[in-house]
Amino acid sequence: MKLALALVALCVALFALSLVTGHAGAPALRSLAALVADDGTPLSIVMREIRLPRALLAAMVGASLGLSGAALQGYLRNPLAEPGLIGVSGAAALGAVLAIQSGLALQFSLALPLAALGMAVLAVLLILALAGPRGGSITLILAGIAISALAGALTSLVLNLSPNPFAAADIVFWTMGSLADRSFTHLWLALPFMAAGWAMLAGLGRGLDMLTLGEDAAQAMGTDLVRLRLLLILGTAASVGAATAVAGAIGFVGLVVPHLLRPLVGARPSALLWASALGGAAMVLAADIAVRVLLPERDLKLGVLMALVGAPLFLHLIYRTRREMP
Amino acid sequence: MSLLSLDRLTVRRGGRAAVDGVSLTVNPGECIGLIGPNGAGKTTLMRAALGLLPATGHSSLAAMPRAARARTAAWMPQSRDIAWPVTVETVVALGRLPQMPRHGRLRPADRAAVEAALARMELTGLRDRIATRLSGGEQARVLIARALAQDTPLLMADEPIAGLDPAHQIATMQVFAGLAREGRAVIVSLHDLGLAARHCSRLLLMQDGRLVADAPPDRVLAPANVEKVFGITAFYGSTPQGPVFQPIEVVR
Amino acid sequence: MRPSRIISLAVALALAGAAVPAGAQERPEPPRRVVSINLCTDQLALMLAAPGQLVSVSRLAHDPDSSAMFEAARRLPANGSGAEEVYLLAPDLVLAGTYSSDATVQMLRRLGIRVERFAPAQSLADIPRRIARMGRVLGREEAAGRMIARFNADLAALRRAPKRRPRAALYYVNSFTLGDRSLAGDILKAAGFDNIADEAGLEWGGTLPLERLILLAPEVIVKGRDYPGQARAEEPLSHPALRALERSRVIGSLTDRDWICGTPRVLEAIRSLRQLAAGPGTQSGAQRGPEQ
Repeated sequence: MKLALALVALCVALFALSLVTGHAGAPALRSLAALVADDGTPLSIVMREIRLPRALLAAMVGASLGLSGAALQGYLRNPLAEPGLIGVSGAAALGAVLAIQSGLALQFSLALPLAALGMAVLAVLLILALAGPRGGSITLILAGIAISALAGALTSLVLNLSPNPFAAADIVFWTMGSLADRSFTHLWLALPFMAAGWAMLAGLGRGLDMLTLGEDAAQAMGTDLVRLRLLLILGTAASVGAATAVAGAIGFVGLVVPHLLRPLVGARPSALLWASALGGAAMVLAADIAVRVLLPERDLKLGVLMALVGAPLFLHLIYRTRREMP
Repeated sequence: MSLLSLDRLTVRRGGRAAVDGVSLTVNPGECIGLIGPNGAGKTTLMRAALGLLPATGHSSLAAMPRAARARTAAWMPQSRDIAWPVTVETVVALGRLPQMPRHGRLRPADRAAVEAALARMELTGLRDRIATRLSGGEQARVLIARALAQDTPLLMADEPIAGLDPAHQIATMQVFAGLAREGRAVIVSLHDLGLAARHCSRLLLMQDGRLVADAPPDRVLAPANVEKVFGITAFYGSTPQGPVFQPIEVVR
Repeated sequence: MRPSRIISLAVALALAGAAVPAGAQERPEPPRRVVSINLCTDQLALMLAAPGQLVSVSRLAHDPDSSAMFEAARRLPANGSGAEEVYLLAPDLVLAGTYSSDATVQMLRRLGIRVERFAPAQSLADIPRRIARMGRVLGREEAAGRMIARFNADLAALRRAPKRRPRAALYYVNSFTLGDRSLAGDILKAAGFDNIADEAGLEWGGTLPLERLILLAPEVIVKGRDYPGQARAEEPLSHPALRALERSRVIGSLTDRDWICGTPRVLEAIRSLRQLAAGPGTQSGAQRGPEQ
C-alpha cells in the first residue's frame, strides 16, 4: 500500500512537472492556472492543446508498456521478457513506415497511426495462427521472434529501396519514438485500444500468481491457460500496438520497470502488474520531461533517451542479479 | 462417495499407449502409493486423471469444471518450479487461491490453513525466507505445504519425497498417512518401496502403462510382482516395528 | 521565464490582435507573421517575403553546411522544437515541407493556424511553380513574377547548348546516384552533361555499384560531399579504383547546399558545373559557390 501511494504520488508529481515543461517558460503556477481556466491567452491553448495531451499520452504509453511487460514476464516466467517480444511493436512500426513511404501519411491525418494499428492486428492474428491456441510459452516466444524479425526485415527493405531520401529520413526519425506535438486526436485514437488492453491484462494477476508454480500446477489450481494466453496476447497487442502507433518504438520500459519494482512487491506477479503500470507511466513521463529539458533546441527523441538510460540501468540490474546468484 | 474414479483411462503418445485402460476408484481415508519403474506411466496417469492431458476413457476429476476440480484435488507436480523470489509464506498462500473469491484477500480461514500447512511441513521458522534461495529439499517441502494449504479432499503428489533427507522423507509420509486418517485421500508416486510399504494403505503398481496390481502393500510387493516388474529380488517381512521392505539385488 | 520570451509573447499578442482584417478587400489580406519550419521553404520565403513578414526560419537554415542562405537566415530567430514554439510565435501562416514532422503540422492546423506544405522540387521546371505558389501564399505575386522571369531568363542563357556534352555521373554515399527525374539530375543536364544514370536505366536514381560506374567510365564524376572521417557508407567514394579513374577524368566535388532546394540558387550549381565542363581536364572543381 505504501508503495502504491508512493508510485501514485510520483506519477502525479511528474505529470504536473511535464505540464509545466516546455518552450514557453511561463511560471509553473501561471501555466497550471492557464490550464484550469481558459484565460484566452496563447498559454492556455499551449497548456490545453499541446502539453496536456502530451503528458496524458506519456502516462498512457508508459502504463501500457509497464503493464504488458510485467504480464509477459509473469506468463513466460522470465525476467527478460518485454512487450516487443511478441512482435507487435515491430509490426506497428512497419505499418507506420509503409504509411510514410507510400505517402498515405500525407493524405489524411490519422493514416499513420491507423496503418500502425492495422499491422499490429495482423501480427496478432499471425502469432495466434503460428503459436496455435494450445501452444506453450516457447511457441509464443518463437512466433514472436519470427514476426519481429520479419517486420524488422520488411522495415529495412522499405528503407533500403526508398527512392526518396526525405521519406527515408522521416522514417528513421519516426522509428526513434517521440511524443512531441501529439494531440488529442492521437489520444482519442489510442485510448480505446489501450483501455481494452489494460482491462484484459489487469485481470490476469491470479493466473500469473499461480503460474509461479509452473504451468501444470497453475492449471490444476483452476487457471485456464488457453484463455490466459489469449488475453495476454490480445491485451499486449492492443495496448502496445496503440502506444507504438502514436509514439513510435519506445524500448526498455517494459523490460526495466518490472525488474526494478519486483523486489518492492515481494516478487508477486499480480502485485507487479499495477505497480509496473504506475512505474511505467512515471518512467515515460520523466523521460519525456528530460528530452525537453536536456536539449530543448534539438528535438532529442524519447526512444533514444530511453535506450540511453535503460541499457546501463539494465546492465546494473544484471550485475546485481549475478552477485545474488549462488 | 469416491473422490476419484477412472474408467479405462487411456493416453496415447506417438502411437503407443503411455497409459493403457486404467480403471480404479479412490475413496476417502486411503493413502495410496503409486509405484513402478521409470517410464511405467505414473506421472502420465496422474496428469490425465486431473485432466491436464487429453485422454480417452473417463476420469471423474477431468470431467469437473476447473474451479470445482481445484477445490477437490491438489496437485504437486514433479518439477519443482518456483519462478520468482517470493517468500515461503507467499508460496504456501498461493495454495489458497482456488478457495478464495476473485480479487479477494486472505481471510482468517485462509491464514489458518497456511499456518497449519507451514506447521505440518516444519516450515514455520522459514516462513519469511525467500523460497528460491532454499535448498532443493526445503523447496520440495515448501511445495508440499503449498499443496496442503489448498485443503482439498484429495492430494496428488508426483515424487514429493525425492531429494528429501531421511527424517523429512519419513515425516512427509507420516503427514500423508495422517491426512488419510482425517478422512482425506492421498495419491503419491514414489520409488522408495520401503516407505511405500510402511506408510501406504494401498499400492498401485504400474508397468508399461498398465495397472498390473492394485492392493494392500503386502500383496502388491509379493516377490513375484517385484521380480517381474522391477527386475529385483527383495526382503519383505512383518516386524514389531511394522512392515519392512528391502531390495536385495538385480535379477537379469 | 526569459525576458525576451515575455516580450516576444507580448508582441505576438499585440500583433495577433492587430491582424483582424479591417474590411472586405478584393484579395485576401497577406499574412503578417510567417514562420517557416523547413530548410527549402526558409530559403524561398527569405527571397520573397516582404520586410518583417517572415519572423522565423528553421534551425537548419542557420547551418552554413546545409543552407545556401545562412547569412540572411541568421538575421531571423531560428525555430526547431515543435508546435509549442511555433505557436507562441503567433504566426498566421506556417510554411512546411511535405516531410516536416507530421505531428507538428497536424497540431498547428488543429490550433487553427494555416499551414502550407511544399513538396521537394523534383526538377528545374518545379522551381517556377514553387516560386509562384510561395508568392501567392505570401501575397507577394509581383516579386514572385519578377523572380520567375529572371530565373527563366538566366536558365535559358545557361542552357544554351554547349558544343560537347560530356558524360557525367552523380555519385553520393552508399553508391547512390540520381537520374534525370530528380532535381540534381536536371541540374546536371542543364549544365551540359549527359547523365550516365540514364544509360544504367536509373532514370529516378538508385544504387549504382562502383564496378558499374567504372565500366560506364563517365568523364565527370560529381561526388557528394566528402565529410572527413565518415562511416563505411562513404567508402565507395574514396575507393582506389575511383581514384585511379580520377586521374584520367574530371572530378568535381561540389557542395550540396545549392543542390538541395528548388530555389533560384540552383543556377549557382549549374554555373559551377559549367566551369567544370568548360575547363578541359581540370582537376579542381568548384569547392563552394561564392556567397552572395
